[in-house]
Formats: sequence, C-alpha cells, structure tokens
Amino acid sequence: MTAEKNPILFGRTAGLSEKVNNFCPGCLHGIAQRLVAESIDRLGLIGQTVGITPVGCAVIAYEFYSCDMVQAAHGRAPAVATGLKRARPENTIFTYQGDGDLASIGMAETIHAATRGENITVIFINNAIYGMTGGQLAPTSLPGQITQTSPYGRDVKVAGNPIRVCELLSSLDGVALAQRVTVNSPSNVRKAGKAIRKAFEYQNEGLGFTIVEILTTCPTNWGLAPNKALGWLEDNLIPYYPLGVYKDIKAGE
Amino acid sequence: MGEKILMKGNEALAEAAIRAGCRHFFGYPITPQSELAAYMAKYLPKAGGVYLQAESEVAAINMVYGASAAGVRVMTSSSSPGISLKGEGISYMIGADLPGLIVNINRGGPGLGSIQPSQADYWMATRATGHGDGQIIVLAPSTVQEMADYARLAFELGDRYRMPAMILADGLLGQMMEPVELPEPIDPKSLPAKDWAVTGTQGKRKNNKVNSLRLAAQDLEDAVLERYARYQTIKETEQLAQLELVDDAEVVVVAYGAASRIVRSAIMLAREEGIKVGMIRPITLWPFPTQAIQAACKTAKAFLTVELNTGQMVDDVRLAVTQGLPVSFFGHSGGVVPTPTEVLVAIKKALAGELFHILPFRSKLEAGD
Repeated sequence: MTAEKNPILFGRTAGLSEKVNNFCPGCLHGIAQRLVAESIDRLGLIGQTVGITPVGCAVIAYEFYSCDMVQAAHGRAPAVATGLKRARPENTIFTYQGDGDLASIGMAETIHAATRGENITVIFINNAIYGMTGGQLAPTSLPGQITQTSPYGRDVKVAGNPIRVCELLSSLDGVALAQRVTVNSPSNVRKAGKAIRKAFEYQNEGLGFTIVEILTTCPTNWGLAPNKALGWLEDNLIPYYPLGVYKDIKAGE
Repeated sequence: MGEKILMKGNEALAEAAIRAGCRHFFGYPITPQSELAAYMAKYLPKAGGVYLQAESEVAAINMVYGASAAGVRVMTSSSSPGISLKGEGISYMIGADLPGLIVNINRGGPGLGSIQPSQADYWMATRATGHGDGQIIVLAPSTVQEMADYARLAFELGDRYRMPAMILADGLLGQMMEPVELPEPIDPKSLPAKDWAVTGTQGKRKNNKVNSLRLAAQDLEDAVLERYARYQTIKETEQLAQLELVDDAEVVVVAYGAASRIVRSAIMLAREEGIKVGMIRPITLWPFPTQAIQAACKTAKAFLTVELNTGQMVDDVRLAVTQGLPVSFFGHSGGVVPTPTEVLVAIKKALAGELFHILPFRSKLEAGD
C-alpha cells in the first residue's frame, strides 16, 4: 500500500459548486443535496444533467450544483422537467422539490408527470412544513402538528389529512421507482444515496418516472434543536411515513 | 412563387410554425384554437417532433419554459381563459429571458365568456400577460397568409430578443379558409445554437442557469433595466403597420386583425361617397406602431379606432397622436362583430368633427343617429 501523507478521504463532490449553501443549522437539506450531487458525479452524469430547483428553501440551489440548472415556478418543476426532457431526451433531468411545492401547489404536475411515465427523477424533500415562508401548515404536516397556520395543531376535520406521496404515486403505471428514505443517520444516508443512484440509473435506462422521497428535519420551524429534531423525525415522521420501496419495476428481477 | 393552397388560419399557423423549425408543442384543449393543436398532433410526430397534451394550461406553459430553456423552438396555443392561466409561466419566461411562441385565439370575455371572435385581450397581451415589469412581443394577423407569415416572424423576433412572442388572433381568423403560400421549411438543426441554453455542460463549459430570481433588489433592478433597454431597441426598430389609403385621408381608422377586414369594407363604402378615409393596421401590437400614427398626424384631421372590445387599443392610439387630434372609438364586444355600415356611420361622425366613444347602440347607428 502506498503511504500517502494526507490522503483525502472525503471532500466536496464535483457535482457541487464552490458556493456555500444557505440552509439553516441542523437542516438536512445539505445532506440530501450533497447526495444528489454525489450521485450524478459517481455515475459520470454531471456533464449531461440539468437540475430544476423549486420555490421553497432550495430555491437558490441552482447556485449550489455544478451541472446546468433551471429555476421553476412554484410546483411546476415536473412540467419544466417534461419540457427539458422532451426537447433533449439524452440529458438526465432531476427536480428537487419540497412538500408544499410538490404535494400542494404542484400536485397536478407531479401526478401527471408520474402517470405519463415521464423519464425524469424527482427528489422530494418532506419535512412536513413550509420552511422558506416561515413554518406554515404543509400538505404533509402531521395530524395535531403545530405550525404557524395551525396554531392549535392540525385539525384534520378542518385542514384535512396529510398526503402520503409515495403510496399515492405507486399506484400509477408510469412510475418505475417510488422509494422513501431518510438521512438521519450514517446508515440511512448510505441507503438514501443508493436510492438516488438507482433512480438516476432507471432514468438513463428509460424506465420511466422515478421519485425518491427524503424525510428531513426543519429545526428552525419545528422549534427544536437539531438533535431534538432528529428525534422528532424518528418518533413522529417515520411512523406516519414509513420508509421503504413502494414501487420498483425491477424488484422482481 | 410557391403554390397557393386553401387552409384554415389555425392550420396555416401550425404548418408555418413547423416550417419555422418548431418541433415542440405543449397545449391544452380549448375552443376556438382546436384545429391548431389537432394539426400539431397529426404532423409534429411525422416531422420528428413532440406534441404533448398537458394536464393544464399551467403545465403546458411550464413545459414550454423547460423546452425553451433547453434551447429549442417551442410553442403553445390557447384561447383567452387559457392565456390567463398561462400568465404565470409567461412571466417566468420574461424573467428568465426565454423565447417561445404563445398563440392566443382570442374569444369573448371576461370569465368563460363566449367562443366568438373578440379582441378583448388586447390589454392583457400588451400590458400584463403576467405579473412583473416586462413585455412580450405581440403580432396581430388579419389574413390566413399572415397567420402563417407571422408565426415565423414571432420565432425570429423571440429568439433575437430572448423574449416570448404572442400571436393574437381570433376564431374568425383561426377557422376561416383562405389561399396561403407557405414559407420554405427551415431545418431546426440549421438554427443558430443558443449558448445560454441548458443542454448539459458536457464538461466543456461553466454551467448555465436559467432563472428569474434576483433576491437582491439592485440585482433585480439591473436585470429589469437591461431588459428595458432591449424593449427600447424593439420599439425603435421593430414597429410594423400596414397603411391603406392614408396619404390623403382626413379620417384615419386604426384597426387590427379581424376588425381591420370590416374597416376595409367600410372604407370602400366611404370612398364611393367621396369621403377621404384610410386605415392604419397595426401588425405589431407591442411594440405599438406609434411612428405610423405620428406620420399620419401630419395630414389627418381625426382618428377613429375600431375594435372588437369596449376600447382598449384606443389608449395606445391616444398616446401616439400628436397635435391634439381627436381620437374616437367604435366597437362591439362579447363576440358580436360590427357591420361595415356601422363603421361607415362612425367614420362620418369622425369626419364631422365629433369626438365619441360608441358602444353597440346598433339600432341607433343604423338609423343614422
């Protein structure tokens, strides 16, 4: 074995730019974003990838990646991705969207891109709250969850019930992969990275719509310290949104 | 000269768009633009292109946004209520400096309105197709031939100035048949590459970003002012209008699109009676042809604007006229189409020095009140 004095064991992936991100301390966006960037790097796709950022906390993520980037209107990323992919099918296209963007204002775009089997990859960040606007009720906020716009807790009789996106989309024929992961521990981070790489591989094989839902924390708007937020995710989010593969058209192979 | 064939306006526009190198169409069904989308669904796949029926007008315009970001010539078509829905995406296209053709086969409004010919969307097209501080190019055909010709012009102007372009027509122009000579086809591969497009860096360049967000106020003002400077260039160099019998005209009628055809008939009736009347037909609604209006002010005594609405373009005519000349208005709304006789009555009133804003008192006008 060659003795190297200061071997680099871990560094910035080439999929990310030099820009320092703007996420709050303890927020898991940074890990999720890095996993996406690392995946396109490991698969050798940086030069052919176009990423689409949403409206929400990741809105300026077009500054954080080294591949070509597009910023989309609120909820419209899957439609923008459709236009990009139909214009240049040889490119790898991903969207990176939060729960309000994907499951509320953009639900029509999400479902129809999925059922068309649009050959794109959707990275869905579910932290059960609107982050950028200051902590309002999200389509995925849990029953009883206190937010700025559900100050007495989410009353499902008034505000309705949360949406389980992977379960919903898994019924659609156009979906090739629907998997829910989280990034609250090193082993879960590794599993999440694997799921994201699988989604990109499926896209490049032309298998259809792929979605990786990542459960994350929002310490700022949950009003919890980062470590407590990890515990809240474990105790509350995961039970309501179980981790796992909801659809994998290659699972039988 | 090429061969003339008989086509519907909507189909001629569609075919001309394909011949202009457009291979991507995203739309949502609405009357009275259906022939356009149907033509694309039939012929785009044969041309190696993509026709995709979107889940909504909102999705369709955002697909246009995506395809335009990828650097291809792309279009959508709709009618008034659908254009309202596209407003969001059009604003984002303006903000991200993306070209793209939006066809509005204008119908009566507001709300669901009617499906008859209308020019009620003039304000929306020229003032605020979406939110924010920006413009789009707006072209107004008046014949099936122009439906075809302006399709290509819209793509060329949009690409040149990196902004959306709209063709504002109506069901009359869309569904009538006239002989048309179609332009020679352009191979999309022969179009100049767009160095700003997101095509993948291929490891050969810095990454491109298509984006309308400028969080810092000064950055946004800089972007808006850069665009404004472009708009000034367009206003100075791209105004188009057709002049008919304006040289000796005492009354100059300003009318675009379908209304201009009715005005032409009225002018013929008036000329038979020895009345000196001519017409300025704006081709570009934005930039508005103020130069042509101002040139006519040297000889004209009065202006009359005729529109299929309650008076929208008349604002621009009033802003353009010099020497305090009177600008009167006559129009019908809701899909009702004026008759040449009605317009003739209005021309005579204008000639008599009256300043008026007449809405459909059809019976009174025909009685000559």
